[in-house]
Amino acid sequence: MFMAADTYSRRMFNDVFFRYYKGESEDRLRYLSEELFENVLKDAIFPGAYELVDKSKRLGLRQVLVTGAIDFTVMPLIRHLGFDHHVCNHLEFVDGRATGRLRPPVMAAATKASWMRTYAEKEGLNLSDCFAYSDSMSDLPMLSVVGHPAAVNPDFRLRNTAMQHDWPILDLR
Amino acid sequence: MPKRTVPAKVPVRTATRGPTPRKKEDDQVVYIDTNSAPRVMFSGEDLLVEDLPVGTRVIYPKPPLEGLANPGAAVRYALNHPLGTDPLYAQLYPGMRVTIAVDDISLPLPPMVTPDIRQTIVEILLELLDANGVDDVHIIVANSLHRRMTGPEMKRMLGRKIFDAYYPDRYYNHDAEDPDGMVHLGKTNHNEVVNINRRAVESDLLIYVNINLVPMDGGHKSVTVGLCDYESLRAHHEPHTIRQSDSYMDPAKSMLNKKVERMGAIVQSNMKIFHIETALNNRMFGPQMSFLTKNEDDFTETDRLKLEATRWALSKMPSGAKRTLFHNIPAQYELVACHAGETQAVHSKIIEKNFEQYMVNVRGQSDIVICGVPFISPYNVNSILNPLLVQVMGLGYFHNFYRGKPLLKKGGVLILTHPCYDKFDHKHHPSYIEFFNRLLPETRDADVLRAKYEEEFARNPSYIEMYRRGNAYHGAHPFFMWYWGENGRQHVGKVIVAGAENAHVPAMLGWDRADSLTEAIAMARSHVGPNPDISMLHHPPIVMVDVE
Repeated sequence: MFMAADTYSRRMFNDVFFRYYKGESEDRLRYLSEELFENVLKDAIFPGAYELVDKSKRLGLRQVLVTGAIDFTVMPLIRHLGFDHHVCNHLEFVDGRATGRLRPPVMAAATKASWMRTYAEKEGLNLSDCFAYSDSMSDLPMLSVVGHPAAVNPDFRLRNTAMQHDWPILDLR
Repeated sequence: MPKRTVPAKVPVRTATRGPTPRKKEDDQVVYIDTNSAPRVMFSGEDLLVEDLPVGTRVIYPKPPLEGLANPGAAVRYALNHPLGTDPLYAQLYPGMRVTIAVDDISLPLPPMVTPDIRQTIVEILLELLDANGVDDVHIIVANSLHRRMTGPEMKRMLGRKIFDAYYPDRYYNHDAEDPDGMVHLGKTNHNEVVNINRRAVESDLLIYVNINLVPMDGGHKSVTVGLCDYESLRAHHEPHTIRQSDSYMDPAKSMLNKKVERMGAIVQSNMKIFHIETALNNRMFGPQMSFLTKNEDDFTETDRLKLEATRWALSKMPSGAKRTLFHNIPAQYELVACHAGETQAVHSKIIEKNFEQYMVNVRGQSDIVICGVPFISPYNVNSILNPLLVQVMGLGYFHNFYRGKPLLKKGGVLILTHPCYDKFDHKHHPSYIEFFNRLLPETRDADVLRAKYEEEFARNPSYIEMYRRGNAYHGAHPFFMWYWGENGRQHVGKVIVAGAENAHVPAMLGWDRADSLTEAIAMARSHVGPNPDISMLHHPPIVMVDVE
């Protein structure tokens, strides 16, 4: 179901996926997120991802994570990889309980590209000099606004698109 | 068809048919006359059959030198009777750390029939090391900034037995971008930085196993280039060094070689190296395809049938299938010399053998030189000969296949036959795509490209990652390919590519295009005059010229 929703639209995927958090307390989710990172996410990071981040840092490039994941799940990852800045989604809580909805603006598809434009303008960065990496076709707008886009272990549609646009395709496994 | 004119220096023969003696400068030089058969030449993955103007000088490769009957014995003899150093067995002791470095897949071309000579040598080395109690042994592919070889390619190169025992922990590719994998050995008095693979530097002995396909290979280049990083390589892979190399196939007159030797001296003072060099003959094709190396006037009926059958089959195949077919025909090279010991002493011997195999004496330069560009270069084994590689074949390798003077007169016309398709391999040549589409429309000036963009590409994290984890050439590699054609670019007045399937690729490279070789020759005449001296280099296999 998640795959079908994601194939159709990342926004629909978010609507479906985050509904599962409805009713969960904020402190419990924060506690579980640390466990999630230690037990699941950490081991799933491809070895090449460390190299890529490390090499970028050595080259003096700023590391910015632009993700549609929710804040408490990505914070351990951000600390682990040492990103300089980030933007992510936030669950809506009412009386300490998740409503299953995301607080706007929702980071997905074109919103990511829009945020990056604003960020670059604010920070005085030239997007033509920036690099962007993604594995998902839903990030096509985000990849399209930078001068150096790259597909990383991409899904089928992004791989084809990257081939058509002659973008680098990285395998970080 | 251009009018066939007979230059005064070519004696006009009576128009009798049948085998008659032709005027020859050397056994490999043939002049086209009115009775001559059309010539066969490569155009990428196709074979063209073209009538050349009367008086055209066709330069064929020398026949293959006789291969050594027992390569294993020759290798053992070389190890036991080295030049300028102790025999290998005398340098070994239990517990020592040894690294064997081998040339990568760019040598030889095409990859040779198995067992590859590197397999023969490394098997002997491993036996010897084992017998002397040396078990800390790593085998490194000295790929420099070339793409990593794949597992199957590495298995093919050294054989299943070594592959199974050593890959991937003790048999692997050099990684010039490993932050902990390189050691700075120093700088030359010309400020050239020498960084070399850490494992090799920290070994008690480095054994280098080389294949010297052309005279620019081997010597100090093996370690100093094969195991270096970007910072070291850019010291000599740059436009001015290439322009000052006359040619880079002639080590004595090559600035590239001079710089590498300077850096090699630093390597040698910091490392203990035992160099093994080999020379192969030029038996590129087996019996089925050997007609491609023959003088077309001497074709038998069988040769003609084979040619027509091959052309018919190729005409029915899609380009990808043709490419796969050609890349799967191994060369039948045989070992003709093996020497071991001190780097320079060994290299001098092997270079002599290279020249003996390749050099053809010719008299005088030509106004027009014709070269068929085949499907392969050192940088596209199992891949596509993309436009930048067509450029490097024409203005780089073919132009530099000389000693003394270039075959082409200064300002003359170089005619290449190739479809010039706008195709790139995304896995092997990602940075080439950006170089070709983004940079060449802005400038073809090698100095500007180097100053403005080379570092940007070299430091691009995507390209670095694709080099390190994928099978991509380093981000800076397309620049080196462009510089590689620099002395050709400075010398040649015009390049015409005959049979180019599009106009934009030749235009991007700064070349003219023609539909056919006949049209290209007519265009060339309008550039150099109506009665030009024309030469055709009939390769593959490799042929080089010593121009009087």
